[in-house]
This record gives sequence, structure tokens and C-alpha cells, in this order.
Amino acid sequence: MARLEAIVIGCSAGGLGALEPLLRALAPPLPLPVIVCSHSAEPGTGLLGPLLARYARLPVREARERWPAEAGTIHLAPAGYHLLIERDRCFAYSVDEPVHYSRPSIDVLFESAADAYGAGLAGVMLTGASPDGAKGLMRIRQAGGLAIVQDPAEALASAMPQAALDQAGADHCLPLARIAPLLNELAHRE
Amino acid sequence: MDRIDPALEDIELELFVRALRQRHGYDFGHYAPASLRRRVRQLVHAHDTGTISALTGRLLHEPEFVFEVIEGLSVPVSDMFRDPPVFRALREQVLPLLASWPRINIWQAGCASGQEVYSLAILLEEEGLYDRCQIYATDFNPAALRRAQEGIYPVRAAQAWSRNYQEAGGRHSLADYYSARYEFIKLDQRLRRNVSFANHNLVTDKVFCEAQLVLCRNVLIYFANPLQDRVLGLFRDSLVRGGFLCLGLRESLDFAPSAADFTALDADLRIYRRNVFPASDGAA
Repeated sequence: MARLEAIVIGCSAGGLGALEPLLRALAPPLPLPVIVCSHSAEPGTGLLGPLLARYARLPVREARERWPAEAGTIHLAPAGYHLLIERDRCFAYSVDEPVHYSRPSIDVLFESAADAYGAGLAGVMLTGASPDGAKGLMRIRQAGGLAIVQDPAEALASAMPQAALDQAGADHCLPLARIAPLLNELAHRE
Repeated sequence: MDRIDPALEDIELELFVRALRQRHGYDFGHYAPASLRRRVRQLVHAHDTGTISALTGRLLHEPEFVFEVIEGLSVPVSDMFRDPPVFRALREQVLPLLASWPRINIWQAGCASGQEVYSLAILLEEEGLYDRCQIYATDFNPAALRRAQEGIYPVRAAQAWSRNYQEAGGRHSLADYYSARYEFIKLDQRLRRNVSFANHNLVTDKVFCEAQLVLCRNVLIYFANPLQDRVLGLFRDSLVRGGFLCLGLRESLDFAPSAADFTALDADLRIYRRNVFPASDGAA
């Protein structure tokens, strides 16, 4: 496959519990950006970032509008806005309608990231109780990128990974504990 | 699974944008591409045209179709008192300063369906300034402007809007300002008494009033940098010295050349003030 250039991660219900061990296991130096869209981001609280920063070994920052996605950094979608990534790999925001009642939406991030990174993108779907993200994951695969889905059987909420599997399929369907090691390996593969 | 050819879609998108500009005079050439691409794909889906090219064909051959396209490409989504701390700051920090002008012009640019226009009118009313104010509420989307004038919104939003209003320091109950019927609320039309709704396109049109306050929230995020610069220039030229500019909570003047003409009143809330003295000239 093509050299990996970015990782996008989507999660909803139960997401914090899944992100913790996953981000903890992503090992620096990571030569690419990780971009996370979590529905659990409550407008105005901004608690997710500081929480994850306590566990992640990479710096965690909110993705800033018009700023580039940076290698070795975990970028979080802001609460109340859709996060998109442009072809020049800079972040863009939108306040378009919520998708499956969610803003930020995983579909919106994944679809724009698929356009920006093409075959150089890995999309990761974790636990959640929404069909959001399934279309985006399909777009990633259609653009030649890699789809990784948490095994619905062990996800706290199985609906989201299951919808992703049903609509998009996956290159890897794995228990959570095996996702970070795979990403570490892919990130360093030439 | 069908593989997608991004290069082909880029060509189609370019032709679509060109058709919209040359045939209808709407220029989306300097919009941030990712959102625009998404909206255009939604139009393809909504009108079941299969491809962007087929959408372009309808745009060229069916004159009325452009209105549906503009409706699909503009953002009619907003809330009353969205980001309550911003409205609280307007109430507590900006309006007392505005009060020093005998007449107050306010330009709400990109007003979409008008939720923030009514929010603003309520704020001004409660602070005793409204009768000295003229609000120019503009948008380039005629359908959104019509909705803004009507002030009718789905009732399901009312609960969240009431909460926002209270958090923004509301002095009454939001329900005092609307009547509810069936599934809709209708804003008190007296709130509209000093509002002029007008079609204005930030991409192509010029400054048309001298304003003490410009609100333009969550519009600039859709513009690529050169267009953002142009529009911020419009706002600067429209504002009197010492006038106020209020942007969306996640928008900033970070990359804008006109940043030098503004000073942050509250950087976190994206409330800026046009400098009384120009930044560049005068010093030498």
C-alpha cells in the first residue's frame, strides 16, 4: 500500500474509554498527524483535550482553523463545528447542518480527509451508537485508503463500528488493544 | 466498491463554479474548497443528478434552478443567542460603549435565516438602545432573507434558545418575544421595526453603510484566505473608528492583513475594535 500520511479516528458513545488506551499506545515519534473526531465533545466544555493530554504520549491540541495538520500531533475536532481538512492539509471548520445529529461529524472529517490524503490515509472507527462515519469510511476506501474498525463484539457501543462494517467493510477488524500497534507499524513503514 | 477519481471531480467542480459565475454572477471561486465540495455533492444527491456535470447542465439550461443551488450552497443554520457568552459580552461590554453614539448603525453580515438578528434586537431592546439603532441584515441568499423576515422557526429549537438567552443575561423570558403555534414559533414582528433586510454579496458587493458594530459570525470560515481578507477589509471600511467587529467563536484575524487595524476587546470571544488611529501611516 501507499505510505501512510495521516490517521483519522472517529468515536462516539464510549469513545473516551477507547481513546485513552489507544492514544496512550501511539508511540512518539509519530511521523504523521492523528486527527480525532469525537461526538463526546460537549459544546463549550473543551474537557476532552485536557483529559486525553493526560494519557497521550503525543501532544494533544484542538485542530485550529487554517492551520496545518502537524506530524506527531493529535488534533481534536472542536465542539460545535464540523472539522474538515483541505487538500493543502490545513484545517477548515463549518457550521453546516449536523450529520446524524452530530456536529462535529465523523463523516464530514473522514470524507474531506479522504480527498486530501487519498491512499495515504488510515481511518479508524471505534465504539459508538450512531451510523455517523460509515459513509466517510467508505469514501476513504474508495480513495484507496485503509479502513480499520474496532471489533463490534468488544466495543462498548457496537452500532457505529457495525454500521461501518456493513456499509464500508474494513481492511482490518480488530480488538482495541491491537489497533495502536498496527498504526505504529503502518506509520513507520516506508 | 467504485474507486473515486478526485482529479475528474476537480474538473467537474471547476466547471460548475465557472457556470455559476458566468451564467448567474455568483462567484464561489474563493470559497474554502472542502466545504464547497461537500455541499455540491449534497446537491448532486438531493437532485439525483448522478454527477456534478449533470448539475452544471441544469444550472446552464434551467434559469430558475440557480435559486435551489444557491439555497444549497449557503448556510441557513444558526441559533438564537448561539454562544451565549458572546451575547453576554455584547450586552455588558459593547452596548454601553455604543450608547455614546447618538445614532447606532449595526451591520449583521451573512444573517442567513435571521436568528441572530432577532437576538440582537432583543438585546438592544432590553438595554434601552433599540430606538436609536438601525440594523442592516444582509445575506446573498434570497430564500434565507425571506425566512429571516418572517421570523418563523421550528418550536423544537425554542428550549435550547431559551437556555441560551438566559445564559446571555436575558432579563425576561424568551417566550415573551414569540408566539407559539403548532410546530412553530413566530418572533414578535415589533422586533423588526428597525431592521432593514437586504441582499448583499460579500464576494462582490461593496460597503454600503457606516456602522458602529459589525457582526459576521461563522461566515468567514467558508472563505479561502484572499476572500477572507477582502471581507475583513470591507468590515474595516464600513466601521467608524472605535467601532466593533464580532466574529464567530473560532474565527480570528490570525492570518489577515487587516488585523493591524483592529485591537481585541475580548480575544477569546472574538470581539474586536477598529483602532482609532491607523496602524500603518502617521507614525513616520
